[in-house]
Amino acid sequence: MSDQDDDIILSELSDDDLVAQMFDDLYDGLREEIEEGVNILLERGWQPYDILTKALVGGMTIVGNDFRDGILFVPEVLLAANAMKGGMAILKPLLVETGAPRMGKMVIGTVKGDIHDIGKNLVSMMMEGAGFEVVDLGINNAVDKYLDALEAEQPDILGMSALLTTTMPYMKVVIDTMKEKGIREDYIVLVGGAPLNEEFGRAIGADAYCRDAAVAVETAKAFVARKHNRIAARA
Amino acid sequence: MLEASAQTPLDRMLAARDWILADGATGTTLFNMGLQSGDAPELWNVEHPDRIAALYRGAVEAGSDLFLTNSFGGNASRLKLHDAQGRVDELNRAAAEIGREVADGAGRPVVVAGSVGPTGDIMAPMGTLTHEAAVEMFHEQAEALKAGGVDVLWLETISAPEEFRAAAEAFALADMPWCGTMSFDTAGRTMMGMTSSAMVRMVGKLPNPPRAFGANCGTGSSDLLRTVLGFAAAGPELPVIAKGNAGIPKYHDGHIHYDGTPELMADYAVMARNAGARIIGGCCGTTPDHLRAMRAALETRAPGPAPTLEEIAGSLGAFSSADDGTGDTSGAPARERRGRRRV
Repeated sequence: MSDQDDDIILSELSDDDLVAQMFDDLYDGLREEIEEGVNILLERGWQPYDILTKALVGGMTIVGNDFRDGILFVPEVLLAANAMKGGMAILKPLLVETGAPRMGKMVIGTVKGDIHDIGKNLVSMMMEGAGFEVVDLGINNAVDKYLDALEAEQPDILGMSALLTTTMPYMKVVIDTMKEKGIREDYIVLVGGAPLNEEFGRAIGADAYCRDAAVAVETAKAFVARKHNRIAARA
Repeated sequence: MLEASAQTPLDRMLAARDWILADGATGTTLFNMGLQSGDAPELWNVEHPDRIAALYRGAVEAGSDLFLTNSFGGNASRLKLHDAQGRVDELNRAAAEIGREVADGAGRPVVVAGSVGPTGDIMAPMGTLTHEAAVEMFHEQAEALKAGGVDVLWLETISAPEEFRAAAEAFALADMPWCGTMSFDTAGRTMMGMTSSAMVRMVGKLPNPPRAFGANCGTGSSDLLRTVLGFAAAGPELPVIAKGNAGIPKYHDGHIHYDGTPELMADYAVMARNAGARIIGGCCGTTPDHLRAMRAALETRAPGPAPTLEEIAGSLGAFSSADDGTGDTSGAPARERRGRRRV
């Protein structure tokens, strides 16, 4: 641990040192420094996709792991995600322009009756941090709102969140409706929220329960990879 | 009219009794009465006052000395979901009035505690809710519960220390005595990272301290008792509240069912008292049957030494995390830092 007061000039660092410094800056939630770092790497000719995966996703993975392990808590993760967002705002248009590969797409929202969106927001930010495209439906979503979004966005993943025991059963309403319409198997359904557990996720017919935002990202990656493999095997 | 400084029914009860049995679940009980998932329980205060009275009576008849009103989501921010943000006064007042009537008809002293839950918003600067707006929202709800006749305000399931302090400030404006509990559901801390010992320090510094403080909900009764041990280790001057869930939620045939039995909750209640809690109750999944078993155990079993972590896990099940963040070594990031810039 060092508390030295020496100023570090980002533009004077080598690429490797700059990326390592960006990991620290993400960890500390320093948005301006992250924006500066992204711009420096762009000036040095880095591909937007490489900046995203090597600098930003790499840094957010450390944040995610420490959150999962109970070393960081929500306030620190929110700050880190805010810094990440600063970098993403610069990269997003460039990623589209350069046709960078996509990790996958997720539609997410808290279920009807539930205003608590802290967990949902964390998942959104961590998923974006991992390179996913996220369509956030916000709070209090009735089943039709989810179905309309699935139709319009054609995501890989549907994410549902609930913080209350009074709202979590609504997830089953959504999944049952998807089954009735014969579209359940077209999507990966992930659920999360404080009162839920793995058994509940299974009982209502979700693909997985995700304990926290870091687990959500790992689970999403695993399921999307599996889905792609299945499609590849069929082709 | 009650005032924060006066001797309140709760004060008299705390002075006369070693322990007080609080109530159990509100949400899970209302579900069993037909509340639909996603609907606001608070609307039932005016739509089905008979059912809310039955909810309260269930606790009182099972032996609760204190029960919480059906107003957990009764702040403007939460009611906005149901387009009822303009009905804070009406819905909270009704929750309190029904409670007052049930308590006054109990034939023994029963304390009516006005439940105040979180706003659901993240406080500034991280989130959008300013301190002033939070105080205003809590104050509005506090005045309505006061007008409806509650004996004490009861802040619960809070994660952020900033929100806890905003509510405390609002309760001072309403000149009401209050209690406050937080939910320790993330590796032994609140979602926002507060440890049990940090909460003891926080409540000790408030200009209008609560009558009692503690923990509710979270992840199972084992974790909750570990939190109570954490409170006790920090040497609190105020009475401690323990309101744990009856096990963990399971899903059967469209119902949420908690797997903790009345026998298990009876053991939990005795261990909570031995760990140092004065006000003991349940949270999600705790039915009148559980409360009856808890009351019987508290009345018949002799007080004993505080349980060890091993004894808690042995009786009630394993903890959800290896530690609760209060030890000497925890809390410090294990990560090696590079130089920090001042820029």
